[in-house]
Amino acid sequence: MIRTTLVSAMALAASMSMAQAKTTITWWHAMGGELGQKLDQIVADYNKSQDQYEVVATYKGSYPETMTAAIAAFRAKKQPDIVQVFEVGTGTMMAAKGAIYPVYKLMKDTGTEFDPKSYLQAVVGYYTDTDGNMLSMPFNSSTPILYYNKDAFKKAGLDPDQPPKTWAEVVDDSKKIMSSGAAKCGFTTGWVSWVQTENFSAWHNQPIGTMENGFGGLDARLVFGKDEALVKHWANLAKWQKDGIFKYGGPVGGNDAPPMFYSGDCAMYMNSSASRAGVLINTKGKFEVGYGMLPYYKDVKGAPQNTIIGGATLWVLGGHDKAEYKGVADFLHYLSSAKVQADWSQFSGYLPITQAAYDLGKSQGFYEKNPGSDVGIKEITLNTPTANSKGLRFGNYVQVRDIIDDEFQKLLSGSETAQQALDNVDSRGNDLIAKFEQANK
Amino acid sequence: MKRTHFRNKILPYLLIAPQLAITIVFFLWPAGEAVLQSFQQEDAFGLKTSWVGLANYSDLFSDPVYIQSLEVTVVFTIAVTAAALIVALLLALAVDRAVKSGPAYTTLLVWPYAVAPAVVGVLWWFLFNPTIGILPYLLSLVGYHWNHALNGTDAMILVVIASAWPQVSYNFLFFVAGLQSIPASMREAAAIDGAGPVKRFFTITLPLLSPTTFFLTVVNFVYAMFATFPVIHATTKGGPAGSTDILVFKVYNDGFIGLNLGSSAAQSVVLLVIVIALTVIQFRFVERRVQY
Repeated sequence: MIRTTLVSAMALAASMSMAQAKTTITWWHAMGGELGQKLDQIVADYNKSQDQYEVVATYKGSYPETMTAAIAAFRAKKQPDIVQVFEVGTGTMMAAKGAIYPVYKLMKDTGTEFDPKSYLQAVVGYYTDTDGNMLSMPFNSSTPILYYNKDAFKKAGLDPDQPPKTWAEVVDDSKKIMSSGAAKCGFTTGWVSWVQTENFSAWHNQPIGTMENGFGGLDARLVFGKDEALVKHWANLAKWQKDGIFKYGGPVGGNDAPPMFYSGDCAMYMNSSASRAGVLINTKGKFEVGYGMLPYYKDVKGAPQNTIIGGATLWVLGGHDKAEYKGVADFLHYLSSAKVQADWSQFSGYLPITQAAYDLGKSQGFYEKNPGSDVGIKEITLNTPTANSKGLRFGNYVQVRDIIDDEFQKLLSGSETAQQALDNVDSRGNDLIAKFEQANK
Repeated sequence: MKRTHFRNKILPYLLIAPQLAITIVFFLWPAGEAVLQSFQQEDAFGLKTSWVGLANYSDLFSDPVYIQSLEVTVVFTIAVTAAALIVALLLALAVDRAVKSGPAYTTLLVWPYAVAPAVVGVLWWFLFNPTIGILPYLLSLVGYHWNHALNGTDAMILVVIASAWPQVSYNFLFFVAGLQSIPASMREAAAIDGAGPVKRFFTITLPLLSPTTFFLTVVNFVYAMFATFPVIHATTKGGPAGSTDILVFKVYNDGFIGLNLGSSAAQSVVLLVIVIALTVIQFRFVERRVQY
């Protein structure tokens, strides 16, 4: 009896010291709901796969909340090892040279296997500095695509397997759908800033800002107002909103847009490729969903180019010890393995970030079995990204997005023309960007 | 005022020490930091800090968006205060006349005050949601197309209603108490002299209620300016096009979402000055007039 107690006490002590020997790696993320559960599962699998490191993942709320929490923690010297930051926070993170530990450097310093070329260029291009070094690790990237209601198309006498390719076709189809009573409105959209503005410019190969959309340095400025195609598009959106062809879904992500599509009110809907799972769940039993690439204007030279991504990457923060960073590198390596990536992207609808993960999905027959799941990846890889379609990189961009929403609302309410609205985006946005430049000099 | 004398000289300081500590840690220290930061420009991580003097302030007052936010705040504050006071007064007058059922109504009318502000916001957001809400549906039957996502006036009406609703309960309680302290004999005397109910209200009830009204006005001003953040956050997030972007919400948005700390700090200092002014008004005028 005494012996067993002793032995078990020793075993307990041994297991405790083993647990202590494990290095803890903290990861703050913004994945709630089902995505969060999937993420926890990935972390649990990693923890089981080895016994040196213990990754502790903590949900910190929305993207801005997570980023703010990490920054506040950094100021208080209590920062996590890894933080998930959304794409518009990239400029801020990149400029914080003393706060971040660039991923390429981390991999080199710890001697971890790492091949930047294995990643999809359209994804990592967004997070790479001008010398071609990868600064953060892509985790969940998506790109906007077109969803449409096949039943409404059928009812209006349109070919349900032919999504509109150009904006002219979107308008024609919308008119037919509305006049036949198949739906009340033609289309709606999430993320006016991301989908109808930034991606619009990239898709039409037009610059968003000077100096390669801000990749070239902090003194780059926005030039939305000089993009004639974009000015025309915004003017059209305002006109279509009046005609009822287009319905506005609200600022930021456009919370009111998905219900308009799900309820069958609007026959087409543009939003992130990662919305696919939600679209399928919410339209199940109501109508069949089709997928298409974003529409473009035929008369704009160079369109369609390629779309740009959204979503988030993992940034490694500075100020921890070497042993911990070895674990961070090991974990990031695990995360980007084809098996984990393919599983994560197929579950969530985010893009696979490596060619290997994409190929694995193909060989598993995933894209054949799930029509529409590869539209996003086809869009971002349609052409080799140009200086206009690599992405964008500006400081204070979270607020610039608010300004875009603000000015778009003024346009829709009729108090400004498209040209005035976009010029105001430039002047107000550039004030913020100039402040950022000054603060980070 | 009664003065208490302590024999021990240290004891009084010890007794107020906990409260002082809280004030210093949670108020003086952060407020001091804010004042300091308002003269600086700093990157989000606090790696590079530079002194910019009054630049943050001059930027603020030359920024049309901030001026708009100031105007929005004034309109919003006055609307919330007026709506909450008038509705509360009408309800209090009604309850004052209902002799038997008064307490029951009082209890029911106080309920909204117990609802958490964020819940209040979500509640009204659902009721007024342009896509799924019941009120826009009813309004569309009479030919009005409600859309607070696009129409600034609609948005302002929404946040004013949502913010005034719980505050009505608070004001109501004070008005009921105030009405009960007005001697019935005065109103009866006026009635005998031939004054109608409207005249009695304006010449007797309202003047005698004025200390309560004045006190409530100040309290409601402070409430509308500072405590309505959750409502705005849960409904309009300051939009559309900044039409409900009140000062408090802008401080949060610029500081915590935009990470523009210098400007956000300067805005908090401006707010601090407004609070100090309101507090002075309250102590100077209200405390003197209200009879406890």
